[in-house]
Amino acid sequence: MSALKIKLGSSSHSAYDLRDPYAEVIESHTLAIIVDNESGVLARVIGLFSGRGYNIDSLTVAEVDHEGRKSRITIVTRGTPQVIEQIKAQLGRLVPVHEVHDLTVEGPSVQRELALIKVAGKGEQRIEALRLCEIFRAKVVDSTLESFVFEMTGTPEKIDAFADLMRPLGLHEIARTGVAALARGV
Amino acid sequence: MTKANTGMMTGAKMIVKALKDQGVEVVFGYPGGAVLPIYDEIFLQNDIRHVLVRHEQGAIHMAEGYARSTGKVGCALVTSGPGATNAVTGLTDALLDSIPIVVLSGQVPTFMIGTDGFQEADTVGITRPCTKMNWLVKDTEKLAETLHMAFHVAQTGRPGPVLVDIPKDVQFGEGEYFPKEKLRLGHYQPRVKGDLDQITRLVELIENAERPVFYTGGGVINSGPGASQLLRELVDATGFPITSTLMGLGAYPASGKGWLGMLGMHGLYEANLAMHGCDLMINIGARFDDRITGRVKDFSPHSVKAHIDIDPSSINKVIRVDLPIVGDVGHVLEDLLRIWKSRGRKVQKPALAKWWGQINEWKAVNCLDYKNSEKTIKPQYALQRLEALTKGMDRYITTEVGQHQMWAAQFLGFEAPNRWMTSGGLGTMGYGLPASIGVQIAHPEALVINVAGEASWLMNMQEMGTAMQFRAPVKQFILNNERLGMVRQWQELLHGERYSHSWSESLPDFVKLAEAFGCKGIKCSDPKDLDDAIMEMIRYDGPVIFDCLVEKHENCFPMIPSGKPHNEMLLGEADTQGVIKAAGAVLV
Repeated sequence: MSALKIKLGSSSHSAYDLRDPYAEVIESHTLAIIVDNESGVLARVIGLFSGRGYNIDSLTVAEVDHEGRKSRITIVTRGTPQVIEQIKAQLGRLVPVHEVHDLTVEGPSVQRELALIKVAGKGEQRIEALRLCEIFRAKVVDSTLESFVFEMTGTPEKIDAFADLMRPLGLHEIARTGVAALARGV
Repeated sequence: MTKANTGMMTGAKMIVKALKDQGVEVVFGYPGGAVLPIYDEIFLQNDIRHVLVRHEQGAIHMAEGYARSTGKVGCALVTSGPGATNAVTGLTDALLDSIPIVVLSGQVPTFMIGTDGFQEADTVGITRPCTKMNWLVKDTEKLAETLHMAFHVAQTGRPGPVLVDIPKDVQFGEGEYFPKEKLRLGHYQPRVKGDLDQITRLVELIENAERPVFYTGGGVINSGPGASQLLRELVDATGFPITSTLMGLGAYPASGKGWLGMLGMHGLYEANLAMHGCDLMINIGARFDDRITGRVKDFSPHSVKAHIDIDPSSINKVIRVDLPIVGDVGHVLEDLLRIWKSRGRKVQKPALAKWWGQINEWKAVNCLDYKNSEKTIKPQYALQRLEALTKGMDRYITTEVGQHQMWAAQFLGFEAPNRWMTSGGLGTMGYGLPASIGVQIAHPEALVINVAGEASWLMNMQEMGTAMQFRAPVKQFILNNERLGMVRQWQELLHGERYSHSWSESLPDFVKLAEAFGCKGIKCSDPKDLDDAIMEMIRYDGPVIFDCLVEKHENCFPMIPSGKPHNEMLLGEADTQGVIKAAGAVLV
C-alpha cells in the first residue's frame, strides 16, 4: 500500500478535520444565567467557556435570591448563531444551573454598566473634562488639584464613548463592572 | 457505633451507610492517609465488598467496566493528592463515554486546605472539567445528602462521572444521617419523555422514506435493556437497515436481518455508503462524533436527519438536524412504535426493496476481506477464530485502543447490549485490562476477554495482581505486533512512512510475566496452533495472558482519512478485487 499523494496545505495531515464547517456572521449576545449560590459554580461556568473556546466579553455575578440561594451571572459573549445555541445548551445542562436566558433574542432588554474613570489633567484639559462630565451626566466622586474620578452608569457604548473622549484629556485609569441586564416587561 | 434511637454517626460510617442504601455492592479503591477512617468502617462491615487495585486509574476503569456491563452505577474510592490525580484519566474517559460512576476521594482536613499540606491537591478544581458534577463536603451534616445527590446526578439524564471530595475531619466528625428518601431532587430533572408532535412527524417521515437508515449509538445502551428491545422491534417491524457506532454495538444483534455493521472511520463500506446515500437518517442515541461524520460539509448531503437524544446540547452541535427529539431513547421509541403501529405500520415497501438491493451490492464488495497467510497469524484471522470459538458462550469483551480495537469491532458479533466495553470517546490505552476485571467481578461465572495490543496492555499491567488476588479469571488476548499499530498506519499513509517512535522495544516475555504473577501464559505464532491455543485459554481456570504474535505491518481497512467525506473510503485489499461499481470516488 503506497503512501497517499497528499497536497501540501490540505488538512489531511491531521487526525482531525481542521476546517470550520459553517462559517457565518459573528453576533454578540447577552446571557443571564441563574445558578446555585455554591462555591465552585462560577468556576464551572467559566471553565465551560474557556474549555470549549467560547468568548467572554463581559462578566458580572452576584447573589440575587438569598433564601433560595441563587446567584445571577450575566455574560456577554460573541459567536456564530450555531455557537451561541451550543453555549446555551451546554450551560443548560450543567447541574447547578437553573435557567439560561438569552436577553438578545428574548425581547427588548435594559443593559447597564458602571465605570469609575480617573482623569489627571491641568488647566484647559481639566475644565474640558469637567464640562464633558456634565454633558454625560457622570458624577464626580473624587477631586484633587490634579485629578478627578468620575462615576458613570450607562450602556457599554456610552461608557466607551466617554472613555474615548477622556483619553486625550488625561485618562489615567478606568475600572468597569461589566454589563448587568434585565429583560423589559415581564 | 450508632447511638441508640438517633441517626448520629461519624462521617465515615455515613459514607458506608449511604453506599449501602444506594445499592452499591462493590467498591474499587486504594487506601491512603486521607481515607483511613473510611477504610476502618469498610473493615467493620460485610455488606459492601472492596476490591484493592494496584493503581487508582485501574480503580476508575474497573468501576467503568462494572457500570457498563451491569447498567448500575460504578463506585471507586481513592485517597487525596496523587490518588485523586491518578483518577483524572478515568473520570475523563467516563465523561466522554457517558458512564455513570461515583468516585469518592479523601482530602486533607478542612483547616489545612490551601496550605500545600501533605498529599493535598485541589481535587475539585482539577476534576471540575472532567466530571459531570463534583462536590467538596465541608460539613459532616451535609455529607450523606451530598452522596445521595451524587448518585442521582450520576445516573440521571445523560449518565456521567461525579466526584465527592471528603476532608478527613469531616470523616471523623459526627452528624445526623440523612436518609436517601428525604433527598429533594430540586431542579435537576432532565426531560425523558419526547415531544409527541415531533415523534408523530418522525412517524410521517418513516412512512414516506424510500432510503432510510437507523444510526444508533451508546445512548441506546445507557437507556437500559428495554431500549434495546424496543429498537429491535422497531427495526425488524419496519425492515429498515441499521448501523451502529462503536459505543452502540450489541443494542441490535449482529445476526439481525437489518444489520449493516459498524459505521465510521473504520466502519464497513455498506454502512458508510448507506449513511451517505440515505434520504432519512434516524439518529438514536448517538452524537455525530467526528469519527463518524468525516468531512462535515459533505456528510450525508441529501438526507433529512432526525435526532433522538437525552442531552439537548448534543443536538445541532456538529451536524444540523431537521427533526430534534429531546428525550430518553427508551421512552421515545415506545411512543414512536405505538404511534407508527396505530397509523397502520406503513412503509414504502417497493422503494425499500430497491434500497436493500443497492445495499446488498455494497455488501458484495466484502470490504473486510484481507489476504490471509499460512505462515503468520493475521490479526483479523485471530479475531475471526476467537469469534467462532466463543460464539454462544456467556461472553463479555473489553478492548484497549488501536487497530486491535477496530478489528474487534469489525469481526466480533454482539447479540446483546452491555457485552462490549471499550474506550470510545477518549480512546484510553490501558482501559481494557482493568475494565475486564471490573466486568468479571460483576459476572464471576462469565467468560471475560480483553482484546489488547501489547503497548496498550502494558499501560495498566499491574492490575494482573488484582485479578489474581480476587480470583478474576480474565483472559488477556494480546495481539502482539511489536508496533503502535494505529499510529504506524497513519505514519505510513499520511506521513511518508516516517515511523517516528511507533514500535515496541524491550517487550517482556509475556509467558514468563504471567508465571511471575502466578497465572497462565500462552504464546502462539503459528496459525495452525491458534484454535487449540484459544481453547486452552478458555478452559484454564484462572487469568490467562495470551501472547498472540501477529503480522507486524497490517493496516486496518476500510478507512476514511481525515478531511474526506464518508463515501470516500480506502478499501485496502478488497479494492483490488474489482467488484466496485458504486457511485462516488473510492481512493486507492
